[in-house]
Amino acid sequence: MNLRDAEPQVAARTVGEVILAVENISLAFGGVKALSEVSFEVREHEVRAIIGPNGAGKSSMLNVINGVYRPQQGRITFRGETRDHMDPRHSAERGIARTFQSLALFKGMSVLDNILAGRNLKMKSNLLLQALRVGPALREEIAHRRKVEEIIDFLEIAHVRKTPVGRLPYGLQKRVDLGRALAAEPRVLLLDEPMAGMNVEEKQDMSRFILDVNDEFGTTIVLIEHDMGVVMDLSDRVVVLDYGRKIADGTPDEVRASQAVIDAYLGVKH
Amino acid sequence: MPEGNGTYDTFPKLLLLHARERGSHPAIREKALGIWQSWTWGAVAGEIEALACGLARAGLVRGVHVAVIGANRPRLYWTITAAQALGAIPVPFYEDAVAQEMVYVFQNAEIEFAVVEDQEQADKLFEIMPQCPKLKHVWYDDPRGLRHYPQPELASYESLAEAGRAFSKENPRFFTDQVARGTGGDTAIMLYTSGTTGHPKGVVLSHDNLVHASRAYAELESLRDDEEVLAYLPMAWIGQNLFSYAQWMVVGFRINCIESGETVITDMREIGPTYYFAPPRVLEALLTQVTIRMEDASWVKRRMFQHFMELARRVGSDILDHHAVGAWDRFRYAMGGLLVYAPLKNSLGMSRVRVAYTAGEAIGPDLFVFYRSLGINLKQLYGSTETSVMVCVQPDGEVKPDTVGPPMKGVEIRVLDSGEIVLRCPGLFLAYYKNDEATRAAKDAEGWFHTGDAGFFDAAGHLKIIDRAKDVGKLSGGTLFAPKYLENKLKFFPHIKEAVAFGQGRPEATAMVNIDVQAVGDWAERRGIPYSGYTDLAAKPQVVQLIRECVEKVNADLARDPNLAASQIHRFVILHKELDADDGELTRTRKVRRGFIGEKYATIVDALYSGAASCVVEAQVRFEDGRTGNIRAELPVNPAKTFARQALKAAA
Repeated sequence: MNLRDAEPQVAARTVGEVILAVENISLAFGGVKALSEVSFEVREHEVRAIIGPNGAGKSSMLNVINGVYRPQQGRITFRGETRDHMDPRHSAERGIARTFQSLALFKGMSVLDNILAGRNLKMKSNLLLQALRVGPALREEIAHRRKVEEIIDFLEIAHVRKTPVGRLPYGLQKRVDLGRALAAEPRVLLLDEPMAGMNVEEKQDMSRFILDVNDEFGTTIVLIEHDMGVVMDLSDRVVVLDYGRKIADGTPDEVRASQAVIDAYLGVKH
Repeated sequence: MPEGNGTYDTFPKLLLLHARERGSHPAIREKALGIWQSWTWGAVAGEIEALACGLARAGLVRGVHVAVIGANRPRLYWTITAAQALGAIPVPFYEDAVAQEMVYVFQNAEIEFAVVEDQEQADKLFEIMPQCPKLKHVWYDDPRGLRHYPQPELASYESLAEAGRAFSKENPRFFTDQVARGTGGDTAIMLYTSGTTGHPKGVVLSHDNLVHASRAYAELESLRDDEEVLAYLPMAWIGQNLFSYAQWMVVGFRINCIESGETVITDMREIGPTYYFAPPRVLEALLTQVTIRMEDASWVKRRMFQHFMELARRVGSDILDHHAVGAWDRFRYAMGGLLVYAPLKNSLGMSRVRVAYTAGEAIGPDLFVFYRSLGINLKQLYGSTETSVMVCVQPDGEVKPDTVGPPMKGVEIRVLDSGEIVLRCPGLFLAYYKNDEATRAAKDAEGWFHTGDAGFFDAAGHLKIIDRAKDVGKLSGGTLFAPKYLENKLKFFPHIKEAVAFGQGRPEATAMVNIDVQAVGDWAERRGIPYSGYTDLAAKPQVVQLIRECVEKVNADLARDPNLAASQIHRFVILHKELDADDGELTRTRKVRRGFIGEKYATIVDALYSGAASCVVEAQVRFEDGRTGNIRAELPVNPAKTFARQALKAAA
């Protein structure tokens, strides 16, 4: 399932400057060290994967990046601004969106409304005007709806536009979750296991959408994934974590050849 | 509707007429980004002029073929008219055709120009380009995913239209001059017949052919310019082309392009078409959905539905045909309308349908009667690509489920001794492209077209089609064997999706059957029968029993017909995989290719006649991503009860 090879005519995207850098991040919960002195950087427009065995600290790393967790040590630089830690609202406003391993959608609401909810930070007019749907609020709503419809078209979910999310199959719900994140028009998209629990066909679809997002909108993508085939095909560079430490960082081929990675995945003879 | 006085004898001329007479009326709509966008006749004429000028600037001249590939999209419709305006010939393709199937047509028609919908279609063209060196230009409608393609042949629709606008500014009379040069005898379009054998044949149809056929229908049904029509069938199919393009241009009504294949039902409900065209399989899929949803409904609703549908079956068609029906039944039918028929029609999107046609395949009597009994004026017609679908149609009040009606105005029909139907009509095609031999074989010196269909006229002068003439054969006992007739009878059961009958030169008839996964799967779920997929479900003994009952019902029915009693189905096999056009087992219009299947599954055919209890098959399947794999299965040969001659005597 090598998606990049299947389309040799696609010119490589121009990977830009560093947009996000984490330096010496350490995070502990009580005595449990989740991350120890992890540093890596993400360049604009690239697809960056974080991989590692269970409990390696991958999801914790994402949570540090979007400010849900506060690291005890280290610094994060995002779009030229360096901080000790992020906070969720600030990171969302500055252009970081994420999807969740266990879906975070409103099950009783339609696909359309769920994706529209992803634009809440972009809604400027006040609550009263929105409720009355008059003047500028109406114009704003039309603009938001248009954007949401573009996402629906992009993700090919027009046929379920008005269906409550809870009634959709899992693979489609994952796509809606991606749509909700895209609605914020992020600079950086964090994907937490976007393909967990999917069958091969759904994985292929999702891979294509991730590449398309990267290609069409130029969105920088940081993804956690367990399926090695998917990671190696999709990503430009890979960070490997093991027990909260970075053990490798480089192109898929470099990482695959790294002895430390092989040891972490296959175990070492003692 | 404009008069057929010769002035408006081509589609581009008709376009300019509509732009003048109803310039501000909506001509075409497309659901894009969740909203129906519309273009008026005036705007459409402007777009087509720009496009035609752009194509002319790119080097398109009279007589050259242009490929049009994609789903129903306004811009692809405009491409057809723009090409026609220049005297060029549009060649629409089935959007789901695989690249290798396209090669032959591109080579045969020497296509240099192509307008495609999206990346998927463009990819196919670049795949076959080495085999089709003449192809020089590919324009796309939807830019998604195509931005970084380096191919010099590729350009956007916008750039083409932009160049055309600049060109027409400098040459303001170019477009109208080009349109004026066209005559009714010019080739309007070339459609490739899917062909159950060999290469597809390009059917060359003139403006006169299509305009005549369209006018005949428009007069018969008094079509008006405010009809709403849903454009949702493949553009390469003559039915779609006649009903959504030719008649659109002739009458000047509105066509509505659906958002995607998966949203047809929603889109149809939103538009509420007044004039509707559907092949039987679409009507059947709708009915299957209704049936499944009713089985899930509450007890009260289910009872109400059953009660009133029974009433409708009894009196509905008569009321529609204005036959005498008792006052009490009329009152109850009106109540049913309030409680069941109107809401049902609304959810089918058929509330406003004034006239609906079905064609392309035989339609099951139950299915046909279901729609008519609801008060939907569904009618059958008969025709083919070669005749511009203009042969027979059922007039109001004379609709029967098993005939296709009397010949239309201007159509002459004869039935040869062999049973084959031959005809002459104004819609008759000019020729098969670059295939004089085939043209001569189909159209004799006096202009009679040999349809290849076998049939006869009933007492009321309605034509009844039984099978393809070449497929009608004899059992080894010498009695008539019409495989298609048997297959259709089997397929009329909701649980059977496809059937292939064998019996030519054999002592008795047998069949291969494909179950309908949706209907049988639902049936199995209700009975708590677990299954993993098609192959597993098809092998369940309960399912075999279910299909056996269907086969036996067909046999009981056949026993009553003196001509066909001998071709009762003695044994059947349920296939382990669904017949698929990608594997060459069906044509793109989903007709079974009996000969091909007979060869491919020769082991099954042998087992059907050797008395074996089962057979082992290995079949190659092609997955959607183009890879191939093997499926191996052991299939039991199932006997079915046949009915003795006394049943025949009892009925006679």
